[in-house]
Amino acid sequence: MTPFTRHTGLAAPLARHNVDTDQIIPKQFLKRIERTGFGQFLFFDWRFTEDGEPKPDFVLNQPRYHGASVLVSGENFGCGSSREHAPWALYDYGFRVLIASSYADIFYNNCVQNGLLPVQLAPDQIARLLDLVDREPGLALTIDLENQTVEAGDLFHASFEMNPERRQSLLRGLDPIGETLLHEDAIQAFEQEHPSPIITVT
Amino acid sequence: MAPQTLFEKIWSRHVVRDAQPALLYIDRHYVHEVTSPQAFEGLRQAGRTVRRPDLTIAVMDHNVPTSDRSLPIQDAVARKQMDQLEQNCREFDVPLWNLHHPEQGIVHIIGPDMGFTLPGMTIVCGDSHTSTHGALGALAFGIGTSEVEHVLATQTLWQHRPNTLEVRFVGKKPPGTTAKDMILALIRAIGIAGATGSVIEYTGEAVRALSMEERMTLCNMSIEAGARAGMISPDETTVAYLASRPYAPKGDAFASAQDAWLALATDPGAHFDQIVEIDLRQLEPMVTWGTNPEMSAPISGRVPDPADESDAVRRDMVAQALAYMDLPPNTPLEGIPIQRVFIGSCTNGRLEDLERAAKIIAGRQVAPGVRAMAVPGSGRVKRSAEAMGLDQVFRDAGFEWREPGCSLCLGMNDDILSPGERCASTSNRNFEGRQGRGSRTHLLSPEMAAAAAITGVLTDYRKLLEEVQA
Ligand code: SF4
Repeated sequence: MTPFTRHTGLAAPLARHNVDTDQIIPKQFLKRIERTGFGQFLFFDWRFTEDGEPKPDFVLNQPRYHGASVLVSGENFGCGSSREHAPWALYDYGFRVLIASSYADIFYNNCVQNGLLPVQLAPDQIARLLDLVDREPGLALTIDLENQTVEAGDLFHASFEMNPERRQSLLRGLDPIGETLLHEDAIQAFEQEHPSPIITVT
Repeated sequence: MAPQTLFEKIWSRHVVRDAQPALLYIDRHYVHEVTSPQAFEGLRQAGRTVRRPDLTIAVMDHNVPTSDRSLPIQDAVARKQMDQLEQNCREFDVPLWNLHHPEQGIVHIIGPDMGFTLPGMTIVCGDSHTSTHGALGALAFGIGTSEVEHVLATQTLWQHRPNTLEVRFVGKKPPGTTAKDMILALIRAIGIAGATGSVIEYTGEAVRALSMEERMTLCNMSIEAGARAGMISPDETTVAYLASRPYAPKGDAFASAQDAWLALATDPGAHFDQIVEIDLRQLEPMVTWGTNPEMSAPISGRVPDPADESDAVRRDMVAQALAYMDLPPNTPLEGIPIQRVFIGSCTNGRLEDLERAAKIIAGRQVAPGVRAMAVPGSGRVKRSAEAMGLDQVFRDAGFEWREPGCSLCLGMNDDILSPGERCASTSNRNFEGRQGRGSRTHLLSPEMAAAAAITGVLTDYRKLLEEVQA
């Protein structure tokens, strides 16, 4: 995984609560067997008409948000299905940072696993940010994970909290499986002490 | 020792490394075709193996066709995904119940039904409705594909310790109401993010009175309240259920396992981080009117009016949902016309669900213009239902009786709604487009879905029962 330390990029607003993973990547696109190539299907039903034409009023189709890499949204972002295709699609589309007032658990975890930074800010900060993004075309945000800050020059400044272990794994771009395998002895000892009650399936 | 909850007992017995996050040992790993290909590919690229294929079982359920299985699969991409699972399981030695296996079906139906899921286990699957298995007193939760890869490679997971939330159902469930109504009422009360970060344990006499299959319906939708998992302390119902499962321990092993299972139950006086009480005394059959599972009301109720919402954000959400659902404010729920009916899914695709629906439709006909489908959750459910003659009841009434799979719950195959179609569905998600682009979903119990099929509109099914008696 690529380490995440700091990112500056254009912010796009998705002013909704409860954006679920069925919306982020609808099921008809879950049949791919690769981790990449999902960006073209991001928010598909919101972004495109039945005939595959871009819907001009959807935020990501507005020219001013082309090239956005920071997505600002509301409460409970990423609820619903556990599909990791959701963070894959966001990342593949070009997003590197999400800023929302809360996240669903599995989705949050899936983001961290993929080097996509989920920043959590208070609802009033989100409201200010959404307003600012709307008023200032081309607004770039800088998200600094070392210092845990979100900034837009003089216009916006906020600090955010993040669980230290999750922050470290993003900062260092760790391979979690490699890390776990360092504990091989402990896992083996556990297996010896706790024989499985399971009847093997054939 | 201080009194402990079921969750605490299971958690502490699975910690390999006590840290924050803790390294947790996983007893059982279920795999399906949609969330696993990239995990196996990751193993391959890193030259890793599956550590414990014996604790892993793979099934095909999400995009299997539910029509005639002897025909070739129409959808080339779906076929590729199934072929890939086939190949991955062969290469990594993982047992697979494929499309043609007699026990094929939805992973969350098969697991408990076969006795793969046992009390006290830690269970994961790349699927959010893994919470279902908590009904047997297991700690079961959904994970993403990177974590699937992690469990395949190490049989462990790093987990932050969740909070514990006791959902205490107060009073008896009124006659004619179901586990589906209990869980919809809970989600309505606490919201779809109400249990985020928590593991729920369901308690109260109404929970004790539920059958094992009803408990699965309850735990299944824990994730729709945002919970990490949902669970129920093992009791005599749990033990009786497991006694007849093919892969549960047998003989002396069963006798000693049984004592260990019962000892897992939450101790009197154990501490929960949070407690929510849901009063069941006024419970009615519930139905959703909006685009997430908290947007529901009793069948005697009405669709809300956004104008009544004092909070602006909430007002917008309700207005958006009603626009999508094409329902004017204040519409009575009873009488809303539907075009499709789906009885199935990991929420309500079990034998008892089919039996209860069949009681309502027996001797009646599906309303003209309505297309109704019954999709058993697994091969075993289907065979049992057929042995009872339920398939005939459904067919005679004009239902389609289909092969097992997720089917119209998420519409990954040709079981899909057309834009604008309205469906009475026993599944668990009514998100925009869940059952097909532009589709409109009303979540309800199997009894309510059956009644909607017969009358062509959302109906309080209890009225049909009265007709029978009259
Ligand atoms: S039936 Fe629906 S909710 Fe259950 S596993 Fe299948 S797709 Fe998921």
